[in-house]
Amino acid sequence: MKRRKNVFFQLASRNVRLNFSRSLLAALGIIIGVVAITAMGILGANIQLAVSSNLSSSANSIIITPDTGSRGGFGPPSGGTTSLLISDNQVREIEQAAGHNVVVPIHSGSDLIQVGTKDKKRVTIYGLDPEKVSNFVEIAEGSSLRGASSGVLIGSTLAKDQNINVGTRIKVGDESTGTNEVVRVVGILEPKGFGIDLMPDNAIIAPDHWYTSVYGNQGEYQQVDILVPSIKDIPPIKEAIDKKMNKNVKVVSITDSGALLVTINSTIGQISTFILLLGGISLLVASVSIFNVMMMSVKDRINEIGVLRSIGTTKAEIRKMFIYESFIIGSIGAVIGGLISFIGGYLLVRLIGTTNYFFTPASLLYVPYGMAIGIGVCLLSGLYPAAKAANLNPIEALRHD
Amino acid sequence: MRGISISDVPVIRLVDVRKVYKLKAGDVTALQGISFDIHKGEFVAIMGPSGSGKSTLLNLIGCLDVPTSGDLILAGRNVKDMSDDELTFLRRDEIGFIFQKFNLISLLTAYENAEYPIILKQGHMDEEGKTAQMMKMVGLGDDLMTHKPNELSGGQQQRVAIARALVNDPALLLCDEPTGNLDSVTGTQIMDILTGLNEQGRTIVMVTHDPNIARSAHRIINIIDGRVAA
Ligand SMILES: Nc1ncnc2c1ncn2[C@@H]1O[C@H](COP(=O)(O)OP(=O)(O)OP(=O)(O)O)[C@@H](O)[C@H]1O
Ligand SMILES: [Mg+2]
Repeated sequence: MKRRKNVFFQLASRNVRLNFSRSLLAALGIIIGVVAITAMGILGANIQLAVSSNLSSSANSIIITPDTGSRGGFGPPSGGTTSLLISDNQVREIEQAAGHNVVVPIHSGSDLIQVGTKDKKRVTIYGLDPEKVSNFVEIAEGSSLRGASSGVLIGSTLAKDQNINVGTRIKVGDESTGTNEVVRVVGILEPKGFGIDLMPDNAIIAPDHWYTSVYGNQGEYQQVDILVPSIKDIPPIKEAIDKKMNKNVKVVSITDSGALLVTINSTIGQISTFILLLGGISLLVASVSIFNVMMMSVKDRINEIGVLRSIGTTKAEIRKMFIYESFIIGSIGAVIGGLISFIGGYLLVRLIGTTNYFFTPASLLYVPYGMAIGIGVCLLSGLYPAAKAANLNPIEALRHD
Repeated sequence: MRGISISDVPVIRLVDVRKVYKLKAGDVTALQGISFDIHKGEFVAIMGPSGSGKSTLLNLIGCLDVPTSGDLILAGRNVKDMSDDELTFLRRDEIGFIFQKFNLISLLTAYENAEYPIILKQGHMDEEGKTAQMMKMVGLGDDLMTHKPNELSGGQQQRVAIARALVNDPALLLCDEPTGNLDSVTGTQIMDILTGLNEQGRTIVMVTHDPNIARSAHRIINIIDGRVAA
């Protein structure tokens, strides 16, 4: 019984070799299908990983902003409590609802800045309690804000664009904006990416006392953040604030980055599903082409099948031979497709963003996944032709030219 | 079984065998009640006009198809009682086919064609040199082993087919017009090979049109209209 189980596989691979161009044609469909499914899967996974890790730094916060929806002439009488800003009193209400969690009122606005003789540029300026800055950002260079000084922190992108270093002096404002200040940079921030609480990469973070001395708005804030240790803490606090502050009229709108994360993830999920669907469709097309090629192969070899049957090949052996053939074709297609998607996926990911996440299981899993699907599809579409070959009547097959 | 001469036990026995092909256009009765015995070591020629059912008969004996009714008994077993796989194994191990149109697999070399039944039976490539031995026996030189069928003459192709029919050492050879596609000189050479094989003790059943070819046989069975002629 030695080597018995291999012989039909050997015969099948001989057939694949002898019918090389036809086999290649069939493999091409699978290559395209596998590449579509794998490269797209990798791309989707990488985008998702990159976005979620950018978001996670601000994942556990609640952001309260004045509700813009209720402003305007037709709103109900608001008794002066509704304004563009959140007042100190409202901050206290928020603090009560937030319990022991850190509450950070934030001033924000924008102004023109100028570094040396470079062009003026409009940037976002945040005013924050210096004590609480470390809750939001990490310092890459220099130091954080200090109590009384007017030193500022600079976002990483802004620092790079304007060639700003620790110690650089920046002119804030000009005649048109009515401000005219000079601030000194004490620290450069780590890149933070996209967030809904603060977007500091292209901004200046200044101490709140400096901000109010220049722009006013003492005791009035554009936004209040509550920092919570876990995403689980978000819903009860949101509910409490909503109850307290939006009793009759919607005064503030409450967002949380967790919800945003969920939304973004589900959007990306939808995109990847769509992409996988595209891959699936191309595999379907591939399976039709393999089905066709296998049917052609059976048809071309009717006489051969008759001969094989007449010299003592069983139905099961004929079937096995054809299934092995589609398996071999599928494997060749899957391996080539896997390689192309590995290399192509890497280049694509590098083109679009960072390759930091390329070599992670969540991303590379799509290679064996796509390959397995490719082989599976090949096997499935080979089943019927194989059965058809096996069930040919030997005499009629022999009479066939 | 002692005391009974081996030639008294028929290797092939047909009892009232009928074969009806069911076609859309209507049924075609190819054989309408055939009965005869063939004994071990015999060389039988089957003759008859075109369409009389000779090939149908040979295909039944070769287990490529089963009778519509009647009994076909091979080496004591009724094919009615055998599964498709059992019939296939019988073809593989006990029966060698030789066809008019050679029926070699065009993508395989002469050697690979002849070797195929060994692979089927043993589950691995020929390791005992049986293929080469048989090819030599039918008069094929080593230089022809790697040729594809379309690089061989008709006579050479038929020799490959005979080698293929012989590699598993079958007791029964079934030949359907083995010289039908060959010139008379080559035909005679092929007949010499078959006669030699019969002299070695193999039972041979051969369909032919040609009375000269039929002369090599011990016995001639005439078929007319699906019946044995009186
Ligand atoms: N597979 C088949 N399906 C339908 N009808 C068939 C089939 N094989 C043979 N027949 C019919 O059965 C009859 C006998 O055919 P068969 O091939 O056995 O004749 P034959 O004696 O071998 O003829 P020839 O000398 O021309 O080869 C013919 O009428 C033929 O048309
Ligand atoms: Mg015939």
